[in-house]
Amino acid sequence: MTDQNQPLLLEISALNKNFGGLRAVKNFELSIHKGELVGLIGPNGAGKTTVFNLITGIYVASSGTIKFKDQNMVGIPPFEITRTGIARTFQNIRLFPNLTVLDNVRIAYHSHAGYNLLDAIVRTPRFFHHEKELTERAQDFLGVFNLQDRQGEIAKNLPYGEQRRLEIARALAAEPQLLLLDEPAAGMNSKEVVTLMELIHFIRDRFKLTILLIEHQMRVVMGVCEWITVMDFGEVIARGNPAEIQSDPKVVEAYLGRGAAELAKKLSEKRSHVA
Amino acid sequence: MNLKANRSTIGFIGVSLLIIVFVQVLISVGVLSAFWATLISIGAVMGIVSLGLNLIYGFNGQFSLGQWGFYAIGAYTAADVTYRWSQEHSASGLVIVSLVVLLVGGSFLLIRYMLSRIRGLDPLSAFSLYLIGVVIAGFLAVKIGQFIINPVTAMFNILPASLAMQIIFFLAVLLAGALAAEVSFIFGMPVLTLGSDYFGIATLGFTIIVKVLLDNSDVLLGFEEMKGARGMVGIPKLTSWLWVSLFLLAVVIVTRNLLHSSNGRAMISVREDEIAAKAMGIDLAQQKTLTFVLGSFFAGLAGALYAHINGFLHPNTFNFIKSFDPMIIIVFGGLGSVTGTVMAAFAWALVLEGVLRLVLPTGFETWRFVVYPVLLLIMMLLRPKGLFGAFEFPFLRQVLPPLRKSQGSAATTPKPTIAEGD
Amino acid sequence: MEKSTTAPPVSFFQRIIRGRWIGKFMLAAISILVTVGIAFKASQSPALFFQQLINGLQLGFVYALIALGYTMVYGIVRLINFAHGDVFMVGAFVSYFAIANFQLHAWPSAVIPEINPVISLVIGTISVIFLAMATCGFLAVTIERVAYKPLRDAPRISALITAIGVSFFLEYFGALPFVFTSNFITYKRPFEVTTWYIQNGIHHLEAGVEAPTGSVLFSNILIIIIIISLLLLASLQFIVRRTKVGKAMRAVSYDKPTARLMGINVDGIISVTFAIGAALAGAAGVLYATAYPQVVFWMGITPGLKAFVAAVLGGIGSIPGALVGSLIMGQAEVLSAGYISTPMRDAIAFTILILVLLVRPTGIFGEPEREKA
Repeated sequence: MTDQNQPLLLEISALNKNFGGLRAVKNFELSIHKGELVGLIGPNGAGKTTVFNLITGIYVASSGTIKFKDQNMVGIPPFEITRTGIARTFQNIRLFPNLTVLDNVRIAYHSHAGYNLLDAIVRTPRFFHHEKELTERAQDFLGVFNLQDRQGEIAKNLPYGEQRRLEIARALAAEPQLLLLDEPAAGMNSKEVVTLMELIHFIRDRFKLTILLIEHQMRVVMGVCEWITVMDFGEVIARGNPAEIQSDPKVVEAYLGRGAAELAKKLSEKRSHVA
Repeated sequence: MNLKANRSTIGFIGVSLLIIVFVQVLISVGVLSAFWATLISIGAVMGIVSLGLNLIYGFNGQFSLGQWGFYAIGAYTAADVTYRWSQEHSASGLVIVSLVVLLVGGSFLLIRYMLSRIRGLDPLSAFSLYLIGVVIAGFLAVKIGQFIINPVTAMFNILPASLAMQIIFFLAVLLAGALAAEVSFIFGMPVLTLGSDYFGIATLGFTIIVKVLLDNSDVLLGFEEMKGARGMVGIPKLTSWLWVSLFLLAVVIVTRNLLHSSNGRAMISVREDEIAAKAMGIDLAQQKTLTFVLGSFFAGLAGALYAHINGFLHPNTFNFIKSFDPMIIIVFGGLGSVTGTVMAAFAWALVLEGVLRLVLPTGFETWRFVVYPVLLLIMMLLRPKGLFGAFEFPFLRQVLPPLRKSQGSAATTPKPTIAEGD
Repeated sequence: MEKSTTAPPVSFFQRIIRGRWIGKFMLAAISILVTVGIAFKASQSPALFFQQLINGLQLGFVYALIALGYTMVYGIVRLINFAHGDVFMVGAFVSYFAIANFQLHAWPSAVIPEINPVISLVIGTISVIFLAMATCGFLAVTIERVAYKPLRDAPRISALITAIGVSFFLEYFGALPFVFTSNFITYKRPFEVTTWYIQNGIHHLEAGVEAPTGSVLFSNILIIIIIISLLLLASLQFIVRRTKVGKAMRAVSYDKPTARLMGINVDGIISVTFAIGAALAGAAGVLYATAYPQVVFWMGITPGLKAFVAAVLGGIGSIPGALVGSLIMGQAEVLSAGYISTPMRDAIAFTILILVLLVRPTGIFGEPEREKA
C-alpha cells in the first residue's frame, strides 16, 4: 500500500508542549513518508489537536523538533508554515463565515496572487489578468468538490456537510503537500461518512497528497488510514497498522478503561501486559 | 473586467461627478448658504475619516479609537504647511514635512528590507529599531531642509500666487496623509499585537496623547504658530466643496478597488477568523498593519481638508470624546458598508450640526447634546446593524464571476458520491 | 535523507532575537531613565517626594473606587461602560445638594440636639455617602435596563456606542440650567479640614499658619478617604467571595449560558453588578468632591478615564488589579505633575498604560488570552 522507500515528509521528534504546569504533549514522535495516509487517534483530551496546532505553528513547541521537508518548523509563524506546504482543517469548522464560498477559496491564493496592492488600487492589466486566473482556478476547485453552483453563497449559510467540504477545498487550494484533517467526520451521519471516506481517498490520489488525520470514528480511521498512532495523556502509546492497533491492549485500555482492557485480555489470552 | 462591471463603473463615476457639480452649482448660485456648504464639506470630510475607520474596524476587525488622533495629526500638519506659506511666505513647512515624510518612509523601507531576513523578530524589538530609524531620518530631514527652503520658496514665488497656494495645499493634504500613515505604521507595529479591546484602549490612549501634545504644541513641541490650547488661527480657507468631494470620490474608489482584490479578501479574512486566516497563509501582522496604515492615511487626508474649511483649529476638536464620532458613523452606516459609511457621514453632519441647530428653539441650543444621545439610543435599539446593513451601490458591490460550466480538466472528474452532502 | 537531530548551534544574534531582547532593552532603558530621574529629584527634596506620594495615595484610592465599577461591569458583560464616569459625577452632585440644600450631614444633631457633635457628623457624613451610593446604584440599574439590556444580543459595538450616548446624555442633561447648570460650583464639605504635618513627629497645623519647610502635610480627608475606601473594598471583596450573589456574579462572568442553566437569574445578577459598581462610584464622587471641592457637569470625564486606565492597567475584570492599577495611576499622576510636566500628565498616564500592555497584553493581573484552535 505505502512505499516505505518514499522520502520522509514530516518527522517529529521529542516534541513537548507545556501549558503552565500541564504537559499537554510529552515526547511525541511521528514520522510520515510521502504519500502516506496516517491517523492520529486517542481519547478526548489526549493532545491530538495540540499536536496539530504545534505542526501548524499556532502553538510554539516547548522543546523538540518538527521537520517538514528537512526543515525545522518550530518557531516559524503559521502563515509561513502554510506557505511551505502544510494545510489543515479544524475540528469545529473555521470558514470565513460572512464571505462567499468563492472568496473562501480565493483567500488561499493570496500569498501567490501575482499582483500587489498598487495593482489592485489602480486596476492595472496585471490585476485583471491574475484576478481572472485565480478566480478560475478557485472555480475549478469548487467544481472538484461539486460546490461550483454555490460560489455566491455566504459560507455560513451552507449546510454542515458542504461546509466541511468547503473547508477541505479551501485547505487544498493552498496547494499543500501535507494535509492535516482534524476530525473531518465529526457530526456526520453514516451516509455522509462513507462519502467523506471516498473523498479522502479521492483527494489523496488526485492531488498526490500526504494526509494526517485525527478522527474519533473508528470506521473512518480503520477504513482509510494506513498507519495509526495512538495518543493518551499527551504521549504516544501505540503505533502500527489498523489491524495491530485494534488488537493492542493498551489502546483498548486507553479508550475503554482498565476493566474493559482486562476483559479484552482475558478474552484474547494471548499476550500479557501490565500497564 | 466584463461589460456589466464597466457599465456600473461608468455609471457610478458619472453620477458622482454629476452630484458633485450639481452641489457646486447650488453653492455658487447661492441656493446653499455658506452655513450649509460648510456642513456638507464637513460631511465629506467625515466620510473620508469614517471610510478609513471602516477599513480598520469594519473590514479588518481592529477596534481602533485612534482614528481621531491621526485626523488631528493630518489637520495640524497640513495647517502648518499652508500657514507658513500664506502668513510667513516661506515654504519651510512644505520642505521640512516632505523631507520628513520621504526620509522616514525611506528608512522604513530600508529597515523593513533588512528585517525581512530575520525570522521571528518580535514586534516590540522591530518597533525599537524602526524608532531609531525615525529619529535619524527626522534629524537628517530637518538638517537637509535648512538648505533647500529658500530655493523652494523662490521656485513657488515664480508661479502665480493663487496657483502656488493651491499646489501647496494639495501637496500639504497628501503629505498630511502620508505623515499620519507613517505615524500609524510605527505606532501600530507593537500595538496591533494586542487583543481587540486592549488595542482599542491603546489607540484611545494615542488619541489622548496627541490631543495633549497639541494642547502644548507651542511650549513643548516648539511650534509657535499652533498656539497650543489657544487654538491655531490664520489657516487659509482653501477647502472648497470641489476639493473635498473629489478626495472623497477618490477614497471611495480606492477603498472599493482594494476590497475587491486579493488584498481586500485577505484583510477581511482577518476579521472573519484570525486562526483560519493564519492557517490559510495570511500574514496577520502584515494585513493588520497595512489596513491600519491605509485607514490612518485617509484620516490624515480628512484632517488636512478639515483644517482648511474654517481656517481655525483647536485641540478640543480632537478631544477623545469626539473620537467616537467616526465610530458612531460607521456603526450607523453599517459596519463593512462603504455606501452606508458615506451616507451616514453626511447624515451625521447635516443632522447634528445643521438640523438640530435649526429645529431647537432659541434658548434650547444646549439641548442639542441631550437630543443627540437620545437619537443615538433610539437608532441603536431600532437598527443595531446600521442603516444600510451590508447594502452597497452596484459599483461598490462585489461582482460575482460567471459560473464555469465543467469544461476544464479539473472539473470533469468529481466523484458522483461527493455531491451528496446531506 | 535523515539529518542528525542535534539542534543547530544558536548564535548570539539569534539569541537576541528569540529572547526579544531589543524590545526589552528599550523598555528597560526607558524605565531606568524615568526611575533615575525621579530618584534624583526625590533625593533633592525628600519631603516634597513624600508629599507627592501621599497626594497620590489619596487620588489612587478614589480612582480605585471608580475603577472597580469599570472592572466589574467589563468582567460580567464585556462592556466598557463609558457612562460610569458620569455616574461618579452624579454621585458628587447628589452629595452636594444633600449637604448644601438639605444639611443631610447634620441630621442627627437636628433630630436629637443633645447628641455628641462628632458622632452626629460621622453618622451624617455616612448618610450622605449612602445616599450618593444609593442614588448612583439606582441610576445605573435604570441605565442598564433602558439602554444596555435590549442590546445584550446585539454586536458589542452597539452597546459601546449606547454607553457613549448615555455618557453624553448624563453630561449634557446635567448641564441644563435647571439640573446641575453648566457652572463650576464650590462644594461644601460636610466636615472641617484638619491638617497635620510630619516633622520629627506629627503636629497639628493651625489654620492660617504656614507649615514649616521640609515637612510633609496630610489632612483628615486623606485618612477618611483611605478608611472609607478600604471599608468599601473589603465589603466588596466579601460580597464577591463569600456571598451567594458574589458566587453567582463570578459564575455569570465565567459562562452566561451555563449560569442560566444552573438557575441563576442572569439579568438580575447583571443589574446587581451595575448597582454595586455605580454605588462605589457614587461614594468615590463624594470623596473626590471632598478632596477637590468643586463640582461641574463634566467632572466625571477625566477621573473616569483615569480610573478606566487604571482598571485596564491592573487587568480589567480583576478586583485586586483595579486597586493596584489605581494606586499606580494615582502615583503616576502626581509624580508626573510634580516632576515632569503638569499638562502632560494625561498623556503620561496613557503612555504608562501602553507600555505595560506591551509587556503584559492583558494588564498586570489579567489572565492571558489563549488562542484556541
